[in-house]
Amino acid sequence: MIKLTVNGKKRSFKGAPFKRLIDVLREDLSLTGAKEGCGEGECGACTVLLDGEPVNSCLIPVCQADGRKVETVESLGVPEKLSKLQEGFLACGGAQCGICTPGMLMTAHAHLKSHGKCDDRSVRTALSGNLCRCTGYQDIVKSVIKTAKGLKR
Amino acid sequence: MSVGKNEPRRDGPAKLTGRALYLDDVSIPGCWHGVTVRSSVPHGRIKSIAYDPSFPWDECVVVTAKDIPGKNLVALIEADQPLLADGVVRHREEAIVLIAHADRATAYEAAKRVRIEYEPLPPVLDLEKSDQVFKSYLIERGDLDAGFAAADIVVQGEYRTPSQEQAYIENNAIAAYEEDGVLTVTGSLQCPYYVLKAMKQIFDRKEDEIRVIQTVTGGGFGGKEEYPSMLAGHAALLALKAGRPVKIVYDRHEDMAATTKRHPSVVRHRTALTKDGRLLAQDIEVIMDGGAYATLSGVVLSRGTLHAAGVYECPNVRVRSKVVMTHTPPNGAFRGFGAPQTLFAAELHWEKIADALGIDSLTLRRRNIFKVGSTTSTGQVLMESVGAEECLEKTVKASGYAAKRKEYDRWNADPKKPTWKGIGLAVCHHGAGFTGSGEVYLASRAGVALTAKGELIVLAASTEIGQGTNTMFAQVASDALGVPAAWFSVETPDTHKVPDSGPTVASRTCMIVGGLVGRATKDLKRAFENEYGRVPKTTADLRKAAAVLCKGAPARRFEVQFEKPPEVTWDDKTYRGDAYGVYSYAAIAVDLEIDRLTCEVRVSKVTTAQDIGKAINPLLAEGQIIGGSTQGLGWALLEEPLFKDGVMVNSQLTNYVIPTSLDTPPFEVMLVEKPYSRGPFGAKGLGELPMDIPGPAVAAAVKHATGRLIPTLPHTPERIAQAMK
Amino acid sequence: MRGDAKSMTVLSPRTAAEAVRTYAKVPSALPFAGGTDVMVGWNLGQLNGRAVLDLSRVAEWRKIRVVSDGVDLGSLVTHAQIQAHPVLRKRFPLLVAACATVGAAQIQNRGTIGGNIANASPAGDTFPALSVYEATVRAVGPNGRRGVPISGIFAGVKKTTLKPGELIEAVFLPFPDKAPTRGVFRKVGTRAAQAISKTVFAGLVWNGKDGVLTEARLAFGSMAPTVRRLHAVEGFLRGRRLTETVITAAAELLPNDVSPIDDIRSTREYRLMVSRNLLIAFLKGEVK
Repeated sequence: MIKLTVNGKKRSFKGAPFKRLIDVLREDLSLTGAKEGCGEGECGACTVLLDGEPVNSCLIPVCQADGRKVETVESLGVPEKLSKLQEGFLACGGAQCGICTPGMLMTAHAHLKSHGKCDDRSVRTALSGNLCRCTGYQDIVKSVIKTAKGLKR
Repeated sequence: MSVGKNEPRRDGPAKLTGRALYLDDVSIPGCWHGVTVRSSVPHGRIKSIAYDPSFPWDECVVVTAKDIPGKNLVALIEADQPLLADGVVRHREEAIVLIAHADRATAYEAAKRVRIEYEPLPPVLDLEKSDQVFKSYLIERGDLDAGFAAADIVVQGEYRTPSQEQAYIENNAIAAYEEDGVLTVTGSLQCPYYVLKAMKQIFDRKEDEIRVIQTVTGGGFGGKEEYPSMLAGHAALLALKAGRPVKIVYDRHEDMAATTKRHPSVVRHRTALTKDGRLLAQDIEVIMDGGAYATLSGVVLSRGTLHAAGVYECPNVRVRSKVVMTHTPPNGAFRGFGAPQTLFAAELHWEKIADALGIDSLTLRRRNIFKVGSTTSTGQVLMESVGAEECLEKTVKASGYAAKRKEYDRWNADPKKPTWKGIGLAVCHHGAGFTGSGEVYLASRAGVALTAKGELIVLAASTEIGQGTNTMFAQVASDALGVPAAWFSVETPDTHKVPDSGPTVASRTCMIVGGLVGRATKDLKRAFENEYGRVPKTTADLRKAAAVLCKGAPARRFEVQFEKPPEVTWDDKTYRGDAYGVYSYAAIAVDLEIDRLTCEVRVSKVTTAQDIGKAINPLLAEGQIIGGSTQGLGWALLEEPLFKDGVMVNSQLTNYVIPTSLDTPPFEVMLVEKPYSRGPFGAKGLGELPMDIPGPAVAAAVKHATGRLIPTLPHTPERIAQAMK
Repeated sequence: MRGDAKSMTVLSPRTAAEAVRTYAKVPSALPFAGGTDVMVGWNLGQLNGRAVLDLSRVAEWRKIRVVSDGVDLGSLVTHAQIQAHPVLRKRFPLLVAACATVGAAQIQNRGTIGGNIANASPAGDTFPALSVYEATVRAVGPNGRRGVPISGIFAGVKKTTLKPGELIEAVFLPFPDKAPTRGVFRKVGTRAAQAISKTVFAGLVWNGKDGVLTEARLAFGSMAPTVRRLHAVEGFLRGRRLTETVITAAAELLPNDVSPIDDIRSTREYRLMVSRNLLIAFLKGEVK
């Protein structure tokens, strides 16, 4: 049996230990925020935080998440109460079709939490493992920088 | 006033919180997984299909062409594409057998246990060697020979563009089930009524016995315009045979290898000019590769042909175009739809002309560019809303183009500098809506409903696929009625609930369908005024008014149909007249740097001005421009489907390279508004426009940087290094 | 996604000794560290039915230990951890630079140095850096431990010289006797981030008195089935001053040390051109 903390709650998984973390989240825990875009670790749509670090959940068997902390987009906010980062994305046009958005938010969230530098170059570097086909990235970067400035105050 | 404001995206909160349900997120109890067995030869006769006897086939449902109740056809324009190959395969990855199983991994294992034997037939894989023509066009204006006879100079050029993969981050995905006698398909798609029409023929059912519902869609770009009709047919066949819901969710390499991509092209220009650079004659040849079946090739070619002469006036024009068959997976819709291909050639050719005449390409463009009153290659007089010059001049000014041309010349001449620098321009037009008689043929309908409870609901089949459809509709309706946009909701594109507004393509969603929504809302406004005495001022007032207008019925619909503007005349046979109601315009300057050691290209800035008539929501409009331009930069610098023996061999995101956040430059976007009298609040088309110009602008910038004109895309470091030798 | 989780057997040893014992018992098991390479194949359905040796619980192999003569990296140390370590940043900057180019953050947080080596991709970004630092790979197996120089660990494309039953325990980076005068890491990838390399270079030079080169260590990846030290070029340069003539002559020897090919990402011709340009620029002191 695998025990892990997901979005602050203790959860256990009794199925196949090699089931991927993304599938356990989506199927067993009904957290469908993380998306599968490629199955190769290229697109980052499956990004969740593992002990606070962004990882591709499509490349992790759940047995390797045993005893660890997982955070998904569902932990950031709800439509009635968005997090500051989500509000930033809404105000700056950071989401269009939205499929890359949960992964993008988790990577950005980790970057902000670790007080990563919030100039254009540093934000782009932090997000370089999250592909977006709709926005051309500029509004996503603006969303993160605007949020960072707001958090500093 | 809502129009012109950056109303927040209404699907934003759901998408931002992971609550938005894309097809694979939807829980469908009892749903099985469908997989597809595909052709491993580009052309051949199917000799046999064998199922490994050691596999538990009784656990699966297996479907072949024999199981199709109606026609084995994916109905689109020509009736040539089978839903499942039957006896003959005409391209690699063509679908032959479908399998469903309760467990996804087992379904894929089952697919491995099907052995198909082929008698290979010779494949045609080179578009220049194919003699099977799906469609051809001829545009003629003036007297070509006279134009060439008067020429001071004639400049020829040949330009090639590769295929391009849409690379939406959500792969194609559709589920099907039968409920109360209605065969329902739901999933990631752009055009619910295209799917419905295809399903009618496959399953021999009436329209109300089929239902198509769009789920939240993770990108389309044309890649989900026609392909979902095939996938819906597949899922539905499995669902009917299994007697339970079945969903098919493609994985990435299957989606890349098997589904539609941009048409590759070869475009040849022969151009006659005066010595001061005025166009006298353009003789243009276009060949596009349609892949194995016609699908949308005729229409892609049409748009490419109509844009082939570029955004310039020329008295004598001939465009001869054809799209041919090759034994490769059929090509289809991708943002721009033929125009990026021919505009690449038209724009880059100016650089060649500039060299031949000794006049810079900006001056040449200024001398020939469309203005109000100009006549196009089909004889259309541009009566209004021509923002070409304004876009060009704004772009030139904001980018510092003229100064940079000189500054970079000095930089490039210095052997000690680590890079070469270049700045390149391109300008284009892009017709909004379906070509010529297309919108008349579509006869699109859209409207609004007022429920007895006081809800206002926009009814349209146009899909939100990231471009902001739902937000835009609400803003248009809001201003048409004179109430807050928040009072409107937008109905899900469900063929049982919304009228046929035509497909979500061709830069028509705002201009055409938004226009219908606006008109219908005006009818609602009149009803409020006539029957309630005024437009409601509060939601409580709205509920009272609804009771009056609905007269006891649960709801009242106000629906309108597209009416061709009387001044638009088009002849499909001669291909003359008003090809589009109106054009949008754009100009771009791409500023880039090439590493002298490695020939790697880094785009340092993009400056662009785009005339879209009216920006209903400027933030969303800019987002479309930056996103579309980035896809154009990808096509120009990074992306190339590589084919071997008729199949894409780099069919994964590892080796099909799209731009990351570090590959994209800062964008300066200027919205130009030359209102169109027939567009809602003056709006024209936007979605495809940004795709048309990055390609040639990059090529022009590389030419500035290196002195080499490379007439193909992408401008990879390998190609640049080769040109520098 | 075609992997079948139910079909997999997962073996999860908790110590190095247990890992070796388990691997000896189940030699068909697939060693699995961070999984960023293995899982790609698994997602394609290529590994169904196999046993997997999940090494992630072997805590001893997660440590970075600074000792008197160098730094010992446990095989499960990730690319992200390498970038964060102050001694590695100061003394082995080319490896730190290389780790920053492996995929992007998500891959760097999971991919391990041991897994990277065991996967033995011709395009491994860390390998040129490990080569010029003359790292030693420490393997542990049923017959004990042995050190394999980085120059001897790769047998060919995706093949190592590890013997049956051997696992990578650590990678040792010796401190050079004298700090190098100059060093550069440069990767030319398919795009600016999350890219596979077309060619990847690491170079260190030591200049003695009068600007005479006492030692050069130069390595290229993605230019041959395995990473290549430029022995011919290095030998030629030793004891010479880096004049234009000397550098040009040295560059002529480059094709002796590498054998690039045309593949899905690039061409032989381009690779030869770029590697030559990078080598010359590095020797001239013009590459940062």
